[in-house]
Amino acid sequence: MVITGAEIVIRCLQEEKVDYLFGYPGGAVLHIYDELFKQDQVRHVLVRHEQAAIHAADGYARSTEKVGVALVTSGPGATNAVTGIATAYCDSIPMVVISGQVPSAAIGQDAFQEVDTVGITRPCVKHNFLVRDVREIAETIKKAFYLARTGRPGPVLVDIPKDITAQKCAFSYPATVSMRSYNPTVKGHQGQIRKALQLLLEAKRPMVYAGGGVVLGDAADKLTALVRKLGFPCTNTLMGLGAYPATDRQFVGMLGMHGNYEANMGMHYCDVLLAVGARFDDRVIGSPDHFASEPRKIIHIDIDPSSISKRVKVDVPIVGDVGDVLGELLALLDGTSQRPEEASLAAWWKQIEEWRRRDCLKINLDPEIIKPQYVVQKLWEVTGGDAFVTSDVGQHQMWAAQYYKFDKPRRWINSGGLGTMGFGLPAAMGVQLAHPGSQVACVTGEGSIQMNIQELSTCKQFRLPIKVILLNNGYLGMVRQWQELFHGNRYSESYMDALPDFAKLAEAYGHVALKVQKPGDVEGALREAFGRKSDLVFLDFAVDPTENVYPMVQGGKGLTDMILSAEDL
Amino acid sequence: MRHVISLLIENEAGALSRVSGLFSARGYNIESLTVAPTEDPSLSRMTIVTTGSDDVVEQITKQLNKLVEVVKVVDLSESAHVERELMLVKVRATGKEREEMKRMADIFRGRIIDVTDTSYVIELTGNQAKLDSFVGAIDAGLILETVRTGICGVGRGERVLKV
Repeated sequence: MVITGAEIVIRCLQEEKVDYLFGYPGGAVLHIYDELFKQDQVRHVLVRHEQAAIHAADGYARSTEKVGVALVTSGPGATNAVTGIATAYCDSIPMVVISGQVPSAAIGQDAFQEVDTVGITRPCVKHNFLVRDVREIAETIKKAFYLARTGRPGPVLVDIPKDITAQKCAFSYPATVSMRSYNPTVKGHQGQIRKALQLLLEAKRPMVYAGGGVVLGDAADKLTALVRKLGFPCTNTLMGLGAYPATDRQFVGMLGMHGNYEANMGMHYCDVLLAVGARFDDRVIGSPDHFASEPRKIIHIDIDPSSISKRVKVDVPIVGDVGDVLGELLALLDGTSQRPEEASLAAWWKQIEEWRRRDCLKINLDPEIIKPQYVVQKLWEVTGGDAFVTSDVGQHQMWAAQYYKFDKPRRWINSGGLGTMGFGLPAAMGVQLAHPGSQVACVTGEGSIQMNIQELSTCKQFRLPIKVILLNNGYLGMVRQWQELFHGNRYSESYMDALPDFAKLAEAYGHVALKVQKPGDVEGALREAFGRKSDLVFLDFAVDPTENVYPMVQGGKGLTDMILSAEDL
Repeated sequence: MRHVISLLIENEAGALSRVSGLFSARGYNIESLTVAPTEDPSLSRMTIVTTGSDDVVEQITKQLNKLVEVVKVVDLSESAHVERELMLVKVRATGKEREEMKRMADIFRGRIIDVTDTSYVIELTGNQAKLDSFVGAIDAGLILETVRTGICGVGRGERVLKV
């Protein structure tokens, strides 16, 4: 039996067990939408802007172990999707994006709603395809899912011209994929793993530095087991939060530009560093030269060889799946009676505790004005530390990362690599759909929320009871902070005059809204919001407009060069 | 340091732009790039001449390997290899210069492949240095145009780049 290309697309998604497809219809994908209409296995979530479709698929993928899937039309549909795709690419999120294209014969003719989607997205996808024949659709989609979820995950785009979705051919979904050009290394090199363990056992001042790769590789349990067995301190990157439980004593907090004092000091002064699924990026280690100024041995486990020795030279590179390699390390550790020298480890912990006593995340509470950090702290308490928290980008993102103690992986959903404002609300939609009974909070700012605020309409349509935690300081806070610190208090274009009344706006979209002005009302408002299990509640917190994110390592400076509070200025 | 990177890539539309896009996006140098299908028409072979420190070249090979369509990558300059480039030079060939130009082509083992009353097209193959010296050896004023393919290279002896 022959079926149309459009039906093949839907059948492929069914074969991949896709339950939610985030998208927006348009001319080039009308055949696909028509087939979508005829079935109910794949549920379509109609967003209000294609960027949001991609972020929602992204949030869905980050909070599950599944591939996020989105469908957009040609031309502006595809270009609107680009920011979302780049966001997913920078954070290695498994995703398949299907885009419509003008009919084959019209390609290159400057047709209506034509862009070179494959060309535009090439630098920000793991791989992309232009389907040229209806008989290629099934194999291409199979490959797309395989590429998206294996190796270092990432978004894969499949561009399908409209005429091909109308043509017919027989359908069979391939059971397996084999690509001679693509065979990611999963198993780590045994000799290297042994060498790594030896280094760890001989360490006097060890540090474990875990990134988003541990979360994506579903290796948090193994990491936690290894760290506990060794008794080492552990820090997580912004992307790695939840990879090691934040409430554990061995956790020294997030590291990097706004990392904890003890994490950054420990990272700099350790003698053996175990880096797992992390990439030593500029927001994590600051200046590579300064980082290299202190001698230490570095073990680096990563699935992507190009992440190893890219910014920092490492001593023991191990290419492989982080879960696999950590499992091997654990097995080797179990097989030996040798343990790290207790006396030196105790001395190292003493030093770390001394750093920890600086209490770098202390909040200077004020009886009159709400401190943004306090809102996040209360959010953590009210949700029992068990919510999925998405964020946008800026000060509120850093406060959420610093003050919400993530004990589990896949709970903290943020755009770390690209830093995409407007990510939080649509990402929360994907999270809420994937976890219908769970508490989902979107911590945002008044700048970021306006970049995709139209999605409040999608939330209404799909009855998504997200809690929007708006830390409204009336400024593009992170920009204002840099202008205060490095540009002589010249607040160039960082003050948003003429902000809307967010509560009224949320109500206009059909949601419940609360305005919170006093510190004493914060907890009550949060409790009320989370008590409303079936409503989206938009909480507009008027927070201290002068508050800055500390600690802070200035861009390009060394990790030990931290501004701990306003007094350090 | 100059490196000659040779790679096999799936012979598919857009494969070249994935490679050239990678170089421009990451700020790597391309001195020359040649590409054509191999005896197996599903594969293309590319030779890229680039310059960079050892760290940069290591990243270049890793990033190339990461491209989904790239099957194999080798740095030919890591060991013994041969390189050849083809150049076509159109020169003014009149009067006494006509005989001189023929002699120079012979000395460099070039071949004259197009002749008019006033011009020659000389075909020359060799490594980059040889082609450079030929261009340096003839009167610059007589050169009408030159076109070079960029080098292609292959490892010596048993060293084979194959799937």
